[in-house]
Amino acid sequence: MRLSKTPLGLRQIKWLNTVTGYTILSILAVLFLVPLYWMFSTALKTQTQTFAIPPEWIPDPVAWDNFAAVFREVPFGRFVINTAFLVVMNIIGQLVSVTLVAYGFARLRFPGRDVLFLVMLSTLMIPYQITLVPRFILFSKLGWVNTYLPLIVPAFTGSPFLIFLVRQYIMSIPFDLDEAAYIDGASRFTVFRKVILPLARPALALVVVFTFIDVWNDFLQPLIYLNDPNMFTVSLGLSFFQGQRETNWNLLMAASLMAMVPPLVLFFFAQRQLIGGISVEGLKG
Amino acid sequence: MSAVARRIPFIRQWADMTPAERREAVAGYLFISPWLIGFILFFAGPILASFVISFTKWNIVSPPEWVGLNNYRRIFTLDPNFKKAVTVTLTYAIFYLPLEVVCGITIAVVLNQKLRGIGVFRTIYYMPYIVPKVAASLVWVWMLNPRYGVVNTVLSWFGIQGPNWLGNPHYVLPSIIIMALWGVGGSAVIYLAGLQNIPQQLYEAAMVDGANRIQQFFKITLPMLSPTIFFQVVLGLIGTFQTFTPAFIAAGRTGGPLQSGLFYMLYIYNVSFRSMRMGYGSALAWIMSLFILVVTILVFRSSRYWVYYEAERKQK
Repeated sequence: MRLSKTPLGLRQIKWLNTVTGYTILSILAVLFLVPLYWMFSTALKTQTQTFAIPPEWIPDPVAWDNFAAVFREVPFGRFVINTAFLVVMNIIGQLVSVTLVAYGFARLRFPGRDVLFLVMLSTLMIPYQITLVPRFILFSKLGWVNTYLPLIVPAFTGSPFLIFLVRQYIMSIPFDLDEAAYIDGASRFTVFRKVILPLARPALALVVVFTFIDVWNDFLQPLIYLNDPNMFTVSLGLSFFQGQRETNWNLLMAASLMAMVPPLVLFFFAQRQLIGGISVEGLKG
Repeated sequence: MSAVARRIPFIRQWADMTPAERREAVAGYLFISPWLIGFILFFAGPILASFVISFTKWNIVSPPEWVGLNNYRRIFTLDPNFKKAVTVTLTYAIFYLPLEVVCGITIAVVLNQKLRGIGVFRTIYYMPYIVPKVAASLVWVWMLNPRYGVVNTVLSWFGIQGPNWLGNPHYVLPSIIIMALWGVGGSAVIYLAGLQNIPQQLYEAAMVDGANRIQQFFKITLPMLSPTIFFQVVLGLIGTFQTFTPAFIAAGRTGGPLQSGLFYMLYIYNVSFRSMRMGYGSALAWIMSLFILVVTILVFRSSRYWVYYEAERKQK
C-alpha cells in the first residue's frame, strides 16, 4: 500500500532504513560517549587549561603527568589496594556461601524449604535502608566500626539475589548426574564439590562479576563504616578528594577515570555473560 | 509424641520421615545455614530492632531513652526537612521513572535493528551503567559547571544561555535526572531482551493486515513488552527511593541550594550517621519502607489493567 505511493524500489527503502538506523545509533552513541570523553580530556589538561573559556576539546599540551600526580596528592594507590582487598574477600565469601546455599535449595529436600526460599526472595523486595541503622548499631557494639569487617562478614552469608541466580542454574543440571555419583558411593558434599560446582562454573563467573562490580562501586557502606582515610576505598577516596580540592578538576577526572577502569575491563571480558546472557535467553522465545 | 506437638505441621512432617529423609533434611539445613544465619543476624533481627529503636531516642553512646510515638509525631508535624525530603524524592520519581521507561524502550528499539556492528553500539550504551556512581556523578558535576562545563558550552552554540545547574535550586533535580538517564543503558538491555522475546509472526501477521510501523509498535510491541515494563517500574520505584550517591556528590551532604537535592536517603544518612540520632533515623527508615511497600502493592494491583501476560489464564 505504502510502496505504491513512493517512487522508491524495495532496495532503496532497505538502503534508506540502514542509513537512518546508523544515523540514530551514532547520534545516541555520541551522547553517551561525551561524558566519558570529557572525563578523559579533562584528565589530560593542566589546571589552567581546565578553566579556559570556551573549554578546550583537545588538550594541548597533554598533561600525562596528572595520573602520576593523583598518586602523589592522595594515597590513591592505598585506596586501590584497600578496594581490591575488599573485592577479593567479598568474592570468596559469596562464592563459598552462595554455592552451598543454592545447592541446598536446589537439590535437598527438607521441611520448610519452599517457604524459606520464598522468604529469601521476598527480602529482595524490602529496601535495605531499614536495616542500615540497626546494623550500624550492631557493628559498632561489636567494635567493628572503622574496620573492614562490616564490609566483609555479611558476604559470607550469601546475597539472596546471587543465591537465586545460582539455584536456578543448578536446577537446570540433570539430577541423573548426582544419582550416578551417589551410586558410586559419593557423599552429598562430594556430589556438591565434584559434580555440581564444576558444571555451575558459568553461574559462578556471574557471581564473581556481579560481586566485583558491586563492591568496587559501593559508596554508602564504606562511607558509614570507614573513618580513617588510609582505609578508604576508591569511591570513598574520590568523594573525599572532591571535598578537599574542588578546583583540581584535572586530577579529579584522572582519578575518576582510573576508578572506572577495573569494572569496565571486567565488563568487556564478561559482557557476553552479562548482557549477551540476557539477549540469548531472549532469542530462545 | 503428644497430640499437641503433632498439631504443628513441621513436627508432624518430621515425625513421619524415614531416617534417610531426616539425614537429608539435616544436610539441607546445614547447606543453607550461611544464608539462614545471615538472614537472622543481618536482616530479620535488624528489622525488628529497627522497629523498637524507632520508639527511642538514642545516640549509641548513652543508653536509649523510650519516647513512645514522639519520633513519628515529630516527623509528621514538626519536621520541615521530612516534608522537603519527601517532596524532592517524589518529584524525582514522578519525572525520572516515565523518562526511564521511554528512553529505555526507545534505545532498545533502536538496538533491535538487524545491522552490522550493533554489538558495538550496545556496549557503548551500556557502559555508563558500569561506571562507579561516584565517578559518574563527579564527571557530571564538572560537565554541568556553569562557566567551564561542556553542557553550557554546547547550549551556547545554539544561542541558549545555560543555567547555573547545580547552583540553582530549580535545576538541581533536572541535573540529577540527566545524570541518572546517562545510565539508562542498564534498563535498555532488559527491554531489548523483552523485545527479542516477541514472536516475529505477530509482526508478519500485522503487515499482511496492512498495519504500519507505528500501529505495530502500539498494538504489538508495547502490550507484549508490558510485563518487562512492569518489572522495571517496580524495580525503578524501589531504586528511586534509594537514590543516595548522586545526591551526595552532586547536591552535597546537606542537599544543595535550599536543600533542593535533599533526597530521602540523604536525609536518613544525615540524621542517623552525622547527628547520630538512631531512633529518629529508624523511624524515618520505617516510614519509607512502609511507603515503598504500599506503592509496590498498588503497582502490583494496578498491573492487571495494563500488563498483558500471554500465558495468563483469567478466572471466570
